[in-house]
Order: sequence, then C-alpha cells, then structure tokens
Amino acid sequence: MKLNELTIKLAREGLKTKKFSSVELTKACLEQIKKHNPSLNAFITVTEKDALEQAKKTDSLAFQGEALEAKPLLGIPIALKDLFSTKGIKTTAASNALKDYIPEYDATVVNKLKDSGAVIVGKLNHDAWGHGASGENSDFGPTKNPWNKDYVPGGSSSGSAVSVASDMCIASTGTDTGGSSRLPAAFCNVVGLKPTYGRVSRYGVVSMASSLDSIGHLTKTVEDSALMLNVTAGQDLDDATMPNQEVPDYTKNLKNGIKGLRIGKPKEYFIQGVDSQVKQLTDAAFKKYEALGAEIVDISLPHTEYANPCYYIIQPAEVSSNLARYDGIRYGSNRSNFGEEAKRRIMLGTYTLSAGYYDAYYKKAMQVRTLIKQDFDEAFNKVDAIITPVSPTPPWKLGEKINDPLEMYLSDIFTVTANLVGIPGLSVPIGFVNKLPVGMQILGPQFSEAKLFQIGYAYEQSTEWHKRKPEMLK
Amino acid sequence: MKIDVKHIAKLANLPLEKDEEKKFEKQLSEILSYVEKLREVDTRNVETTSQVTGLENVTREDKATPSLTQKEALSDVKSQHNGFFKVKAILTE
Repeated sequence: MKLNELTIKLAREGLKTKKFSSVELTKACLEQIKKHNPSLNAFITVTEKDALEQAKKTDSLAFQGEALEAKPLLGIPIALKDLFSTKGIKTTAASNALKDYIPEYDATVVNKLKDSGAVIVGKLNHDAWGHGASGENSDFGPTKNPWNKDYVPGGSSSGSAVSVASDMCIASTGTDTGGSSRLPAAFCNVVGLKPTYGRVSRYGVVSMASSLDSIGHLTKTVEDSALMLNVTAGQDLDDATMPNQEVPDYTKNLKNGIKGLRIGKPKEYFIQGVDSQVKQLTDAAFKKYEALGAEIVDISLPHTEYANPCYYIIQPAEVSSNLARYDGIRYGSNRSNFGEEAKRRIMLGTYTLSAGYYDAYYKKAMQVRTLIKQDFDEAFNKVDAIITPVSPTPPWKLGEKINDPLEMYLSDIFTVTANLVGIPGLSVPIGFVNKLPVGMQILGPQFSEAKLFQIGYAYEQSTEWHKRKPEMLK
Repeated sequence: MKIDVKHIAKLANLPLEKDEEKKFEKQLSEILSYVEKLREVDTRNVETTSQVTGLENVTREDKATPSLTQKEALSDVKSQHNGFFKVKAILTE
C-alpha cells in the first residue's frame, strides 16, 4: 500500500513504529495531488512548502510518549475546505468575491487540528459559499468524481470528498448546512460526519446559515471519523452557540457491536421517486443490521415532505443576512462578483424576510421546523438511531441539473432534516449503482455521535466497500 | 408568485444585468411556488423554532482581550486613509 493510501489509524501506527516519516507521508500525498488534481480539481490552493516544513518539524519531535499521546494527528496530512480561515493562507470560499483574501487568523478548528499535530496540505474546492449539492457552483471550476469523471462528486464539500477518495490527503474538513458533508461522502465512497449543531466550533468558518451550519469532516473509515471528532469537538468561547457538553473518547465504544440496538426505518424516505437501486442497497444494509443483531423498527416521520421547502426558506434567509458583510469595503471585492447561485439565494432570502412576507414565509417555516423536530423527538423515544438513504438518486452527470436550480435543490430532501433539527448524521458507503457510490446516513439524537460511530463501524467492518478504490488511481 | 426582482436586488444591494433580471424572475418564481407547499401544514398554536440548542443569553466577562491589530484589520482593504477604512462620501456638503 502506498503511504497516501493509509488511514489516520494506520498512518499513526506507521509513524509511531518509525516505518516511515511524516515527510515521506506528506510527500506521497503531495505527489498524488500533482498527479491527479489537474484532472479532478479538488484543490484551490496547495501549501506544499508549508506542509513539508510542518512535516519536518513533527518528525523532529520524537514520535513517542508524551508528544504522541498529546497530539492525536501528529504528522498526518489533512486538507481543509476553503471556507475555513487559515492565517496567511488564501481563503476564497470558492468565490471570486474573496479570490485574493488572506485571513489574519485561523479558525478554531484549524487551530485544534494544528495543535493536534496535523500537517495542512492545502485548501479544497467546493460550491461557492457552500451553496450547492454537486460541486459545480465553484467560481474555480467544478470538481470531478474520481469514480467517473463525467459525474458530479456531490457538494458542497466536493473537494473534501474527492481528495480523500483519491488519496490526495488522509482526511479533510467539510461543512454541512443541508447535507454538504454527507452527500459528497456518499457520492465518493468515503465516510462523512455531520456532527450535532454546537458540537464543533464554527468560529472562523465562513458562515452560510447560522442556525443550520455544522462543521464536519470526511475520512476513509468510521474509526478515522471518530479520531477526527476527538480533536475538533469541544466548547469554544468564541462560538456562543455551543452547549457545555463533555467530549468523550469517540473511539471507546466503537467496537461494541449493535446487538439489541433499535434502528428506525422511516417510511417517508422510501417513497416513489427514490431510485429503485438506491432503495435496494439501503434495504440490504438493513438486512445486514438485522443479521448483526439489531432490531429494525418501522417508524414514521410525517413532516418529511415539508423539510426541504422549510429549509429553502430558512437557509436563504440566513444566507442573505450572512452575505451582507461582503461589501468590498473591509476585505474582498464588490457584490457584482457573487456567482449566480449566491445571487439567487441572497434574493430569495431578502424577499422572504422583507416587510409583508416575513409571516407567510419565514415565520411559517420556523413553525414547521418545530413540527419536524417533534417528529424526530418522538421517533427517538422508540429507536436508538434512524437509517435512511443520503440521496434519492445515485450521482448524476456534470451539467445535468446546473440549469435547473430547483431540480438541484431536490437532491437535498433527505439530508436537510438533520440540520433543521440539529442532530448528527454519519454517511457510510453501502455499495455502487452503475459503478457510482451510494451511501446511507445514520441519524441519532443530539450529541449521540459515539452511538453513530458504533453503528456505522459494525456495518463497515462486515462489508468491503471501504476497501475499494477508483479505477483511475490504478 | 411573481417576484419584483429589481426591487429585491436593490434591497440586497446586488448589481444585476438586464438579462439576469429576466432569468432570476423565472427561477425565483419557480422556487417560491415550491416552498409555498408549507401552506398545507396546520401550524396553528405551533411555537417557532429559531435555534435548536436551547441556550439563552450566553455572555462573557466584560474584559478587553487581544484582538486583531489595526494593521491586520486593514490587511485586505482596497482603500484606506490614515489607518481608517476609506469609503465613498455619503453626506456631501
């Protein structure tokens, strides 16, 4: 196995036992980036010089004892979605409005990753401002799916998924406001986490919709996802929306299995319109869970069909507010540099918040949000977790939906619920349709990430999807 | 639902080209029709949810702590004067 093909777990073991150095590991990733990024366009900025310097530094800190224990990601090459502020490194939000912007501070999560010893190899491409489900809304060109370059990798964290799936880095950060970490993970055969709202600090990450944004990450395995959350989770005084919740060791109960756990199957996520092969693969996953000892419970989440319209009122409203700061006065360039999708969402939000329309749209949506949350609260009295497809369809072709914004919004129907309700979701690969990846999402109550990892791990280890690599890499 | 794109663009301080206005009018009207599906839901006596943490009035001590320096704050500005952000005049006399 080439060094850049390793997981966080295996890379750490190799570094610890001195089988290879962080410089060698980082070089392997940088070489992979040189080889494949031109055709995949996953990175906007590659920080080669900084990364090698950082790797050299970590090699000189002996990889043992206290240094290793205190720094869980010591020497591991990670890439960051370009919404994450990085001091001294261009942070563009994949938009022309910020194309030359260099922050003077690091996001809290970036600080935490650096403190844990991670080596930052670059900033990743995505739908500008987080607006999109396909990766095609970037002002720096679309990112391609490594499983078939004619197809979308999913969005908005497109570069995050592609860089991990094509072994250009060991793990990556993402954001998830309506599915933006889970969907690209599912479309690229990697693991994507959307943590509970308030679990991971949003400070320093370009805001999209402040009551919906969550800071996630994409990894090659469920265990790696737990290892990352151990680093990124935790209260931050610079983010006032974080409940005081202890951070457990998310790997502690990982291998406990799932005997006796109750998993809900909501009928509203298996309706007509969902691709039949996606349904088949998800049903197969349920069968696997049954065989492993879980109890599958049929449940109903009656307001599911209203979640997406609800989201597409609340999110653009909050977007229009958050993007008001980009006036070109203190940083960035003027508002004519917003892309089409950003303009659409700003206008939608401005309209639904304007005098005379607030009650009919925004207030109504906030009430529906309460009903959607109640659905989940009731369901979690009956089950420990809920499993659904991440997307109603497998990945679609580049260009297929780009001229029909509403068509694009419909790909979010299953992921937005977790953001509206503030619960965590873990996207895990469950197979392929026409050689394109498909994923399921495991949803749990707020702050139940440890349980989600436990459930995801049980399935992952009894299947082989996570071992597959895209043909183009061979 | 027909949307007055010119008016909304002005409210949002978004410069639009003429051909953009027509395109956005069509697209935004379609999206609004979609979200109006919420009218089907009975929300009488339902409280609004604006945030899911239940937190209220999160405060910190009123103590000044180090922040960005003036130089750092001005690092990406296009137009400055004596350490200030420089903007077009609003009130001229």
